[in-house]
This record gives sequence, C-alpha cells and structure tokens, in this order.
Amino acid sequence: MQSQDKKQTGPSAKGQTRAENRQDALSTRPESAARAESASRAETLARNTETYRELGLAIFIVILSVIFQIRNPKFLSLSNIKDMLANTAILSILTVGMMMVIITRGIDLSIGSTMALAGMITSLTVSANPGISPFLSLAQGMAVGLAAGLIIGVLVAYFNILPIIATLGLMNILRGMTYLISKGKWVSAYQMSAGFKSLSTGTTFGISNLIIFAIVIYIIYAYFINQTKTGRYIYAVGSSPDTAELIGIKRRRIILLVYTLMGLLAGLAGVLWVSKFASAQGDTAVGYELNVIAATVLGGVSVSGGRGKVSGILLGSILFGILANALPLINISPFWQQFIQGLVILAAIISNVLLQRRNDRIALKKRVI
Amino acid sequence: MHMTETTSVIDVNKPRGIRQYQWEIFLVVLFLAVNVVNSFLSPYYLTLDTFLSTPMNFLDKAFLVLPMTMIIILGNIDVSVGSIVALTSVLMAVSYNAGLPMPLAMVLALVISTTCGLINGLLQIKFRELSATIITLSTMTVYRGIAYVILEDRSAGHFPSWFSFLAWGYIGKVPFILIVFVLAAIVFAILLHTTRFGRMVFAVGNNKTACEYSGIRTGRIILGVSVITGLMAGFTSLFLTSRMGSTRPNVALGYELDVIAMTVLGGISTNGGKGRIAGPLISIFLIGFLNYGLGLRNVSAQVLLIILGFLLILSVLVQNFTDRPRQKSSSKSGKSAAPTHQSDAGSGSDIQGNSAQGG
Repeated sequence: MQSQDKKQTGPSAKGQTRAENRQDALSTRPESAARAESASRAETLARNTETYRELGLAIFIVILSVIFQIRNPKFLSLSNIKDMLANTAILSILTVGMMMVIITRGIDLSIGSTMALAGMITSLTVSANPGISPFLSLAQGMAVGLAAGLIIGVLVAYFNILPIIATLGLMNILRGMTYLISKGKWVSAYQMSAGFKSLSTGTTFGISNLIIFAIVIYIIYAYFINQTKTGRYIYAVGSSPDTAELIGIKRRRIILLVYTLMGLLAGLAGVLWVSKFASAQGDTAVGYELNVIAATVLGGVSVSGGRGKVSGILLGSILFGILANALPLINISPFWQQFIQGLVILAAIISNVLLQRRNDRIALKKRVI
Repeated sequence: MHMTETTSVIDVNKPRGIRQYQWEIFLVVLFLAVNVVNSFLSPYYLTLDTFLSTPMNFLDKAFLVLPMTMIIILGNIDVSVGSIVALTSVLMAVSYNAGLPMPLAMVLALVISTTCGLINGLLQIKFRELSATIITLSTMTVYRGIAYVILEDRSAGHFPSWFSFLAWGYIGKVPFILIVFVLAAIVFAILLHTTRFGRMVFAVGNNKTACEYSGIRTGRIILGVSVITGLMAGFTSLFLTSRMGSTRPNVALGYELDVIAMTVLGGISTNGGKGRIAGPLISIFLIGFLNYGLGLRNVSAQVLLIILGFLLILSVLVQNFTDRPRQKSSSKSGKSAAPTHQSDAGSGSDIQGNSAQGG
C-alpha cells in the first residue's frame, strides 16, 4: 500500500515542477544511476537469500555430522559414508521428479505405489526367466512407471483433476494391483538372478552402482531443467500458469510431461529398490512419497510453484539421507522417524515461506526507491 | 433479506426443479442397485436388522465426511484426518491406562483432536502462501509420528465394558452410533445450508479474494472449519476405538482416502463453492453397503482399495464433465443470463455497503 502511494504521488509532483526538472536534467542523471545501483543491490540481496539458504543447509549438514560423529565415532567412517550415499541415491533420484512436479504447483502421492508395482512386476519377470538382462528389467520397470505417470499426467493435465485427488486415487489403485499381481506373496532373494541384484548392490570403478545412477540422472537433469527450453517452460508454468499459456507455452503438455517423468523415475527407483533389498513385497516403499516430498521441500523447492534448484534438492536429499541413517546410529528409536520427518517437512515449508516473504520485501524496497 | 440475496448470487447457474438433484438421484439409484445385488448374494441380507446393523461397520468414518464436505466446498483438502483420529485414540487409551477416569479421557480425546484441527487451521491462515494440501500433509506425518512415539508398536486398551456401548450398543432396535450420526448430520445440514457461517463457507469457496474485499473474515471461516474437523475427528476416534476395543498407532490408516472419496462421490466439486450435504450422506451409505456386499463375496481388501481409487477418480471426472456444459449453456443463453447479472450487481453493491460499514 505504502509503495503504491509513493508511486502515485511521485509522478504528479514531478508534473508540477516539470520546468524545474528540465533544468535539473543533469542532476537527475546521477539520481537515476543511484536508483539503478540500489536496485541491483536489492537484486543481489534477493539472489543471496537463495544462496544463503543452500549455505544454511550445507552448514546444517556439517553441524549434524559433527554431532553424530561425537555421539558415534563410526558415523564418518568411509564405509558408512559410502552406505549413506548409496542409501540416499534412490531418494535423490526421486526428488528430481518430485521437484518438477512441485515446481508446477502439483504433488505426487502415488510414487511409493508406483515403485512397488514396478519393482514387483520386474522381479516377478526375473524370477520367471532368470536369464533376462538386468538392463531389460530396468527398462521394464521404467515402462511400468512411465505408464502410471502418463495416466496421472493425463488426469491432471487434460481432465483438470486436482493432483492430490488423482495421485491419491492412483496410489491406492497401484498398491492394490501390486498385491493382486503378487497374490500377496513376496519375491525373495533366492528367486532373483545375481545380475538383477547386482544392479544396485554391484560397484563400477569402486563406486556403488546406485551412486552412479544418481550422478548420471543429476547431470542429465541439471542440463534439462537449466539449459533446455522445455526445462525453463516447467518453471514458467509453475510461476504463472496463465502467463505461460499467454506466451504460447503448451501448459497441459508440460504438466503431462512432468508427471510422466516422475512416473518414469519412480519406476526406475522401484527396480533399484527391489534389487537393493533383494525382496519385492506388496508393501514395498509404503509412505516413501513423504520422504521424497520432505527432501524436496527441504531443498528449497517452493510448494507455491516456480522455484527450486538442482543443487537445493541434492543438499535436501543428502540431509534427509543423513537423518535417516544417523538416527539408528545414535540410538533413537525408529518410531521417532515419522515424527521427525513430519517436523522436517513443516519446518522446511514454513522457512521457505518466511524466506520468500523476506525476498518479496526486498523486491518491494527496490520499487520504492 | 440479505441472506436470500447472497444465495441468489452464489447459485446463479443452478438449474431449477428436479434437474437440480440429478446427482443425488443418481446416487440413490446406485445405492438401490447395490442393495439389489447384495440381496442376491446373501439370502439373509434383506432384513431390517441387517439394514440397521450394517452401518455400524462404517459409520465411524462417516463423521469425518461431514466436515470434509465443508473443507472441499472451501476449495481445500485435508489429508490429516486419519492421523488426528489415530493420535487422539492413542492418547485417550494411554491416559486412561495411566489412571484417568474414562469419561475424562474421552473429553481429553475431544480436546486433543480439536487442538489438532486448530493447529491445522492456524497454520493455514498464518501461512496463506501454502496450500492446505501441503500443510495437512505435513501435520498428517507429525500427528501420526507422535502416535508412534507414544505407543511404538504396542497396543493399548482394556477399556471399561460400558465403553463398547458407543459402537456396539442399541437403543431399541436402532444402533446408538446411527442415532448420533443422524443427529450430527442434521446439525451439519443446518450449519451448512441455513446459517451465515455456512453461506460464508460457500462464498469463500467460490472466490476467496472477493470475500476478503467484501469484508468476510476468510481466516475465521477457515479456522472454524478446521476446528470443526478436529472435533469430528475426535468423535470418529471415540467410535472407532470403541468398535475395536483397543488401539494402535496405525489405526485409521488411509481414512483420508475413504473420506475424500465419499465426499467427492457425493457430488462436492473439488473446485470449491459447490455442493449439497445430501450427496455425501447418500454416498456414505452407498460405499458402506458396497463394501459390505463385496465382503459377502469375500473380495479382498486390496480389491476394495482399487475400487475406491477408481470411484474417487471417476466421480471427479464425471463432475468435471457435467460442470462444463452447464457453464457454456448459461453463457450462451443471453436472456436468462441478463437478470442474473442484474441481481449480481445489486448484491455486489450490498456487499460493498457492508464492507464500508465494517471498515
């Protein structure tokens, strides 16, 4: 309100003293330069808050690690760090998809079920034909995920169903299908081929395959979301759907794409999950969507859309991975996990809002001067 | 006077006469069909006793459908209701086992659940940038998390024997829970369709910004609905705990799906601002009896999940399709639209007058 008032009075005051202004044309030039300077300062400040946020996350990770290290000296051992990264890999792959979904102001609750279904179908196939190539299994799981994501995408983009309703429905349908397909039975380690299990548990050049999967996906994703037109369109659709449509972006296609990619990644993650734990069950990854959402919003992806960075979600998933790994190590009962996870989501979304408000205030200041 | 005018503004596009109740009639037909099929499945089905006692199996969650109707009319979604039920139930059992008299424990349960609702509401109005979805998603995790922290993987119970009356008791031939539910439904119908508060719920759901400019305290409405939701979650938890006789942190898991599915199937548009409470009331019994019938056929719980998921998505799909042509026809037929525009403008100034008084 205040800024508006000033804006309104500004030009009229100028109008009254137009003659004076013309005379002072020389003196206004440095004024405008000063204005530009302060504006750019406000801009950098605003940009800085984003960096601060990531710096904050990084510092928080360090502090947590130090505390955990003091409580349990095994925490920062090489093997535990390797374990931790490998355990975080699946989560971090999924946050990639969730980031895109949340940037477009959506949410996907179905990914836990998609993972279970993809994992179950591929492991059943593997147990029926042990000779099958692991990469074919991977492709199969991704196809299942792709199909699930496509359905959700069509429902959300073309039938205008709220993302939460569509994914809540699909979550239950897919979970039910997983039980039906498996007839309630598990596929256990002895039914899986060694090649299939080595997808996740094997190493390449001494690094766990899971970590390599995650790195490859992050490199592709960082290029996609930052450098390609379609990637930038995703942000555009998230920050202002109407404007995006006005400038000719096919909003519905972008939303369809986002959910399809989420499904694809969930399918991939499902295969990796089943291969890692060497067991496919009806209740694989129940509630895992909440971990993914938590890590994503922790990484600074704004649930009101249009904001989020690759480095942010990477830090977010690492922090979440550390929490999940360290709590058992320092003898906190696993029953605390859900509570802590909820608090993390709550704290993350609230701090995102507070930071955003601060940014907006800075932007407003820029306008006043 | 004022009330009737606001009504005419909100329901500008409403078709008159019997067409107005199309969806409810459709639900009733479905309900009858389900019952006909059920009666073929079991020769013992079609008796008054079955009819009266079957609702005991699903009425506990029906208490949540009533406030969920309000929430969805507001244009929000609440996925935390199941977790509130679980937390309340766990705390009631634990406090009773710790020596609190049962009636006090029950009151405590209602207080806790209402507090949970209040927290949801406060978060929503303090952080308006956040959608209700994400807020309730996080409180859902927190509430259920607290329940797990308290009870871990144990169960709690050993309630006094009279406590089971809530869920299993009869007054005459009618189950106690059915009587309480009918009373609650009447209260909600009055609250939603005849009071100022109810009209404001519709108004906020239609256009929140316009409401704010016209002097409605939207925050209070949202807070009020959240508190009511918490209270009803408390009732659900009382009846559910009584039905099961003991409690665990994982009770009422997935209730949000059941409740949202029942509400949406009842014809409450997820776009907000539209719907009548009669629809959800019918769909409670429709889904309840459907589940019962499928149970008679020994259909597994997993298939029920799939059916419920399909029902949820299908009912939203059908609504989105039936909503669209209505808007088109109203914009095409210029004659019928003209008077509504007039009334729109008239009450618009009325609202402005109100805000002038308020400000």
